[in-house]
Amino acid sequence: MTDIVTAILWLAGSAFALLAAVGVLSMPDVFTRMQASTKASTLGLACLLLGAALQMGDFASFIRAASIGAFVLLTTPVAGHVIARASYFAGVPLWEGTVLDERRNAKAAARNDDPGAGDR
Amino acid sequence: MLDAISQITLVTLGVALVVAFIRLVKGPTLPDRIVAMDLFGVLVVGLIVVLAGRSGVRATLDSAIVIALVGFLSTVAYATYVERGDPQ
Repeated sequence: MTDIVTAILWLAGSAFALLAAVGVLSMPDVFTRMQASTKASTLGLACLLLGAALQMGDFASFIRAASIGAFVLLTTPVAGHVIARASYFAGVPLWEGTVLDERRNAKAAARNDDPGAGDR
Repeated sequence: MLDAISQITLVTLGVALVVAFIRLVKGPTLPDRIVAMDLFGVLVVGLIVVLAGRSGVRATLDSAIVIALVGFLSTVAYATYVERGDPQ
């Protein structure tokens, strides 16, 4: 029973990790790539950790797996935010299909040289 | 049964590493490469966790903790570097 649950969790976790990598390869933009990598890899790693903790089955390894999971769950969104912020302010171009850039619109509205910018 | 499943899992994670490596080589800007490196860290932690569950050696999970920590710190350091410099 434990083996079956572990097998399902590991297969799902590695599939999500592979999806994260494929998303990083095929998305058009730094920001969309960052989205794909952070979300899918967090879910995949959580599945792998749960499977490993079930398979090892003692309290100490469960605590270690839970601490890895909590750490990754806390730090991956922070890392994604830091990368996105740094690349935006460094002037990395957005994808041409981007429909909303709230910060640029707010700056344009504050300068008041392009009155229609806030509506786009 | 679980031995074969864990081998499939390890191979899938290896393929994911290769795919992320293609982005690391291709990446037009430095932040693309940083995203790929961040994904590398998470994938390597997943590999180590599967190896720990497969072998039952508990000390392997400690190295996974260390790699997760170092990966996060390196991502933040690279992002600070990008924010101050030229993204080429």
